[in-house]
Amino acid sequence: MLAYIIKRILYAIPILIGVNLITFMLFFMVNTPDDMARAQLGAKQTTPAMIAAWKAEKGYDKPLFYNTEASGIQKVTDTLFVNESLKLFMFDFGLSDANRNIAEDIKARMGPSLAIALPTFLIALVTNISLALLLVLFRGSVLDMSAMIVAVMIMSVSGLFYIIAGQVLFSKLWHWVPISGYESGWAGVKFVLLPVAIGVFAGLGSGVRWYRSIFLEQINQDYVRTARAKGLSEIAVLFRHVLPNGMLPILTGVVVIIPSLFMGSLIMESFFGIPGLGSYTIDAINAQDFAIVKAMVFLGSVLYIVGLILTDISYTLFDPRVTL
Amino acid sequence: MQAWLAKWCMVLSLFTVLLHAAVWNAPYPVEEIRGNTLFSAFSSPPKHLDPVRSYNANEWMFLGQIYEPPLQYNYLKKPYALEPLTLTQMPQVIYLDDNESVVDVKSPAVKFTLYRFRFRDDLAYQNHPAFVKNPDGSLRYGNLTEKALKTIRSLNDFPKQGSRRVTAADYAYAVKRMAVRQYHSPILDTMMQYIVRLRDFSKRVTREAKRRFANGEPLDLRKFEVPGVKVVDDRTLEIRIYGKYPQFLYWMAMNFFAPIPWEADLFYQQKGLRQKNISLDTQPVGSGAYYLAENSPNRRIRLVRNPHFHLERYPGLTVQEANTSGVSKQLLRDSGKRLPFIDEAVYSLEKESIPLWNKFLQGYYDASGISSEAFNQAVQIGSGGSMGLSNMMKQKGIRMVSSVEPSIFYMAFNMADPVVGGYTEKQKKLRQAISIAQDQEEYISIFLNERGVPAQGPIPPGIFGYEEGKKGTNPVVYNWVRGKRVRKSLDVAKKLMAEAGYPGGISEKTGKRLKLYYDTTATGPDDRALMDWRRKQFAKLGIELVIRATDYNRFQEKVRKGKVQLFSWGWNADYPDPENFLFLLYGKNATVDTDGAGINSANYKNPAFDRLFQQMQTMSNSPERLAVIEKMLKIVREDAPWVWGFYPKSLALVHGWFHNVVPNAMANNTLKYKRIDPVQRYEKQQVWNRPVIWPLLMLAVTLLMLVWGVRAAYRRRQSRAIRKESV
Repeated sequence: MLAYIIKRILYAIPILIGVNLITFMLFFMVNTPDDMARAQLGAKQTTPAMIAAWKAEKGYDKPLFYNTEASGIQKVTDTLFVNESLKLFMFDFGLSDANRNIAEDIKARMGPSLAIALPTFLIALVTNISLALLLVLFRGSVLDMSAMIVAVMIMSVSGLFYIIAGQVLFSKLWHWVPISGYESGWAGVKFVLLPVAIGVFAGLGSGVRWYRSIFLEQINQDYVRTARAKGLSEIAVLFRHVLPNGMLPILTGVVVIIPSLFMGSLIMESFFGIPGLGSYTIDAINAQDFAIVKAMVFLGSVLYIVGLILTDISYTLFDPRVTL
Repeated sequence: MQAWLAKWCMVLSLFTVLLHAAVWNAPYPVEEIRGNTLFSAFSSPPKHLDPVRSYNANEWMFLGQIYEPPLQYNYLKKPYALEPLTLTQMPQVIYLDDNESVVDVKSPAVKFTLYRFRFRDDLAYQNHPAFVKNPDGSLRYGNLTEKALKTIRSLNDFPKQGSRRVTAADYAYAVKRMAVRQYHSPILDTMMQYIVRLRDFSKRVTREAKRRFANGEPLDLRKFEVPGVKVVDDRTLEIRIYGKYPQFLYWMAMNFFAPIPWEADLFYQQKGLRQKNISLDTQPVGSGAYYLAENSPNRRIRLVRNPHFHLERYPGLTVQEANTSGVSKQLLRDSGKRLPFIDEAVYSLEKESIPLWNKFLQGYYDASGISSEAFNQAVQIGSGGSMGLSNMMKQKGIRMVSSVEPSIFYMAFNMADPVVGGYTEKQKKLRQAISIAQDQEEYISIFLNERGVPAQGPIPPGIFGYEEGKKGTNPVVYNWVRGKRVRKSLDVAKKLMAEAGYPGGISEKTGKRLKLYYDTTATGPDDRALMDWRRKQFAKLGIELVIRATDYNRFQEKVRKGKVQLFSWGWNADYPDPENFLFLLYGKNATVDTDGAGINSANYKNPAFDRLFQQMQTMSNSPERLAVIEKMLKIVREDAPWVWGFYPKSLALVHGWFHNVVPNAMANNTLKYKRIDPVQRYEKQQVWNRPVIWPLLMLAVTLLMLVWGVRAAYRRRQSRAIRKESV
């Protein structure tokens, strides 16, 4: 397995270089270093001297990919792309264009993002699987059909609606929880209750439908009939046999997103005033802060690759036939 | 069985009473709510809190409370008036000729102006680790080791904190910092034109900074002197500027000129601290009424009363001054009382308007603006267009505070453009016709909920040179009818179009319909209605308007290079002087001639206007100056380089427990004047936020029933299966 993991990590390097290259090209296609300087300086009258000083400080006065003024290998290495990319591969995110330490900011924002994303993920997983199993238990019944209609209805409504409706109902009208805000530790529980509940509810429709279809594929298999023939109750059949056998496709969809939970949710965090990572990238794009954009794209790519590797590893845990 | 039921009923009743007893949705701890704490919000995190760098209202709302420049605006007086803040009196102004001899203000021999500042002797900085010194005078925390840095996450982690008196040298130090290019002060290039030899100093110190920063060495500016800035003694500072520039004093009310202690500058230059986001850009060190106790820009900013704040009292006004300024008796109740009133201010980040508005209604914010979504809920517009609070707001004891901002939003013609620009009679008439056709009253009604005043020229209300009534009316666009401004009819505009060579919008030269291009950054779906409205205004004259929507960078580039015909822009006053608005039309500031650095984005150049501008620039407010301004306004109204859009009106709502709230667009240090009644606030919050229990009980009952129903269905199913199998 170790050899497999090392191989996958080595595969990741060209992927990350490619992602970084695309980020550079796309960003600088839209924003020139002069534009970035103007946005960062925020002055009413931005003079060429101010722009030049800012670019020099940030290293944006260097050519992007090829330095004609340098000699030898430095033509390629003494460029913005190589300088910035090398640092990224050492997980040195450096300072943002507004002079804040990006690694510190990410560290500070990850906690609040996880405070919402992790409980939402876990509760949603358990709830969706449980409800899906329940519907499989009552498959073909009025309950099953009604639940499927409700699931489609839940899926059809925008997540933003649930957020606003939830805030109006539970915070504004019934005064159960604060409408927005965040505290760390136990004091923060009342702030995360509503976003977590909304997150779980909003994902209920699609989650239950998907898991139900997975379990329905299993329910008519021979091994299920055998289990029933042994006299097992339906509950025992579902939890001891159907669930473990349905885990493989579930893992494919679930494990891959675990690392990206760190990245937070843009809309949820914005509406609930959660100081997480959700809006970090979008804010950086709006502020033309390239240092943050490249760091976050890189981090997102790394986490996605980690997610894929974890998925492969998790297969071996649930299916002994799979070896890496 | 009965006893069991009675017991459960009691438990349930007790539980219900307990649930009812407390407020659940409070976003702050009870002790904070009951304390003398102000709760407010900010919509975007401040990026720079370094006073020489920051030039943003979102940042100044914090910096203004922390730093103290020499002057401030009187909180209550209108028109805006400067007064000493850290000075014993207003600065002494001395005019000098080439030989350094004192000359009269009106003398043509004036070559320099000397400002002499005499500082108070009770000014002291907030507590800060940078002021803690070793017995030899060196900074105790000036050379932090890796080991020491490991235990430091914020300034509170330093075991010792200190303070010291503010001296004149600290004010000089701020000017020196401003000159260092690497600190990116947005006003350096402006100040170089005025402060004697600041340009040379900047070049020298920037070179030195480059060298030192490259070697990882700190830059101690005490060793350098700006020729135009002289520290006479601990309490006296002199700044010498070229020629006459009366507006210089307004700059002295801005944070750029607040004192910077050298200890803090050196302390924050330590790399280890910068890597922990601890810098002068994030942790200001000032002598103001408050200090920054917590800076979590993505969540919360907390200001706490500075224990070393000097003696300052709430201002008073004479009856006449109060009448002129529109100040009520209630606002004068605290006159003479020591400032500040509030102990702590907590600002939370609220990116969305809905949570902010609802928290305000719940009493968790002491004041709020009015978003367009909440406008109808908060404001009633009378038949005559007058604004008042809705009944719901009145019942809550909410007050409305409104004022016209010293700002202008306008649509500019690029005067360098061959079609809409130019200075011939025909070209003027085309612009005048378009100006008449743009129905600003309709725009303000549809898109601003009446929150604006149609502009008559570049100078907004509250600024010297703005005039009310017929005298202040733009005769090119409006008629004065029975004491009211009435926009000229479309017939007048059409006649002007014909005289301009475009009868019915058709060019006499080409026989084709006149097509104009409007550049905008309004690219979202919400902007469609606005763009349709714009097209409609031009269509009234038979002109086809082509909207060229683009991103902000390209838009700016087009404006800089003069590759636009029409575009909308705005300006907020830096200081309350007509020069700060009229220079937007001064020929030497034309954007195309200054590589984008000039602020005359319409590229308007009229020699007569420019001559009058130069004359007006150095005059003090007087009838003579007003006469010059009137001449200038007459010229620009005729030339019509802008469609004079509107002066925005700000509306704010404040709760009944929040006192001394006065709109003052120029003053940034207003927190110290405000007062709250925390007892009243707490009581109201308890009444307004009592939790509604019945839905919770219903939800619990529904869930239990569902579980019971599913369980019963499962059992039935199991028994049916067994029966089936047994059959």
